[in-house]
Amino acid sequence: MTHAESPSGARPGAAGVNGAEAAVAAQAAAAAGVDAYPRIVATLIRVTGDWALAEDCAQEASTVALERWPVDGVPANPGGWLMTVARNRAIDVLRRAAVERRKLHDLALLTPTDAPPEHDLVDDRLRLVFTCCHPALAFEARVALTLRTICGVPTADIARLLLVSESTMTRRLTRARARIAQAGIPYRVPSGPALAERLPGVLAVLYLLFTRGYVADGEPAFADEAVRLARLLDALMPGQSEVAALLALLLLQHSRRDARRDATGNLLTLERQDRGRWDRAAIAEGLAAIARVRHDGPYAWQARIAACHATALSADATDWPTIARAYDALADLRPSPVIALNRAVAHGYAYGPAAGLVLLAEARAGGGLDGYPVAVAVEADLVARQGDRPRAAGLFRAAAEAVGSAVERRALLDRADNLAR
Amino acid sequence: MKYLMFVCSDSEPDTDPTELPDIHKWVAENDSRGRRLTGNVLAPTSAATTVRVRAGELLVSEGPFAETAEVIVGFDLLDCADLDEAIEVARTHPMAREGRLELRPFADLPD
Repeated sequence: MTHAESPSGARPGAAGVNGAEAAVAAQAAAAAGVDAYPRIVATLIRVTGDWALAEDCAQEASTVALERWPVDGVPANPGGWLMTVARNRAIDVLRRAAVERRKLHDLALLTPTDAPPEHDLVDDRLRLVFTCCHPALAFEARVALTLRTICGVPTADIARLLLVSESTMTRRLTRARARIAQAGIPYRVPSGPALAERLPGVLAVLYLLFTRGYVADGEPAFADEAVRLARLLDALMPGQSEVAALLALLLLQHSRRDARRDATGNLLTLERQDRGRWDRAAIAEGLAAIARVRHDGPYAWQARIAACHATALSADATDWPTIARAYDALADLRPSPVIALNRAVAHGYAYGPAAGLVLLAEARAGGGLDGYPVAVAVEADLVARQGDRPRAAGLFRAAAEAVGSAVERRALLDRADNLAR
Repeated sequence: MKYLMFVCSDSEPDTDPTELPDIHKWVAENDSRGRRLTGNVLAPTSAATTVRVRAGELLVSEGPFAETAEVIVGFDLLDCADLDEAIEVARTHPMAREGRLELRPFADLPD
């Protein structure tokens, strides 16, 4: 995924900058663009109230940087440079549209080259997150707006993620921006009890983004975006325990991204992964984030579970009793069929397959797992560990037939074949 | 921003047994803060009359224009800073639990 269009107009190597320097400059332009994008969009939205204009101008600043920096060299303050270009572009557009003097005046006053007052911009980016994730917008619209406005992901990529055509996504984004204005959705971070009410909705958008990137056939770049956003949110709301917990959860899961598949792209379960390929830096960052968690919310428990896996030297050394207890707490806090299923898995490892099968039967009793192939695969695994290999192989095949992703299907069929041998 | 808040009945009201908020207090509170401009309870839909003119002909019929289980039973005209404030006003209305509320902003078309 690109955050800025490719530097089609760039002339690397020109004007005395050599090829290597030009490449470094192009990289710097891309990195600064990614970093500065949400600040610029957020600030321009606050001043102009025009979402599409803000996005276009921020995007354009990145494109101009990719063209100019390889030629002119990287400016001393890349973020300020980008802000100035975006601001000037916005002034041009608004002048042509002959909008009120006040907006033009406010724009002209915007921080040109000096580093702008940090606290103001922090506010703007947070405002943007909370507006994009407002509950009065449909959930998919929140995800799309967040990706487009805060992450600067091109509409075509968002369309692919959310399984619609690009033109449909363009229409949806236009409608969502119009709705923000018409319905009177404020550009503001809620305060007091409203913040506690609204924060879970914001975190849900991030988590969905991450899982969409993380699933078998997903696009890993979206998981990267989710991690980046969680870091930003954590930096902007340092006292919020659940934000730290979500960041920890994402980092710890993400730390396994390079170890999750074998050479042919097959998904590997935790016990078959090469733990040497887990990202130690991500694990360390995740554990540090967990250390800041002060409240046992749903993400905190999930993060602790992920930490148990991340810190186990081998699959056999996994602290399953602790994981099982965390799932007990999670099942109390957020009862759901999937959590009940995972709880059965954890108890199966902690206290033996028979204990797991008892909880699996409980989890299935409500009917919430009917037609869910993962539940069948879990049963297959527990039955295999009880020693009934033929029955387990049959269950793995049944799960493989019902599963949607080709990668997962192959993994399940492999397990069936191994048992039948 | 001005919002017309439709107060509607709902086939699945809240089952929470705690006492509903007092509507008179709600009116007094929001009137005094300038967030509610006016409002009223409507007579049942059996008293409704639908009026249309088609090709110059007046068509008058009995009843509401849509026969549904959920009907508009009242309205309030709100004047709020933004949607968040309007939602705060709506959430404390007793019908948020007994029924549902719909917040419709004025289109604010140019004169």
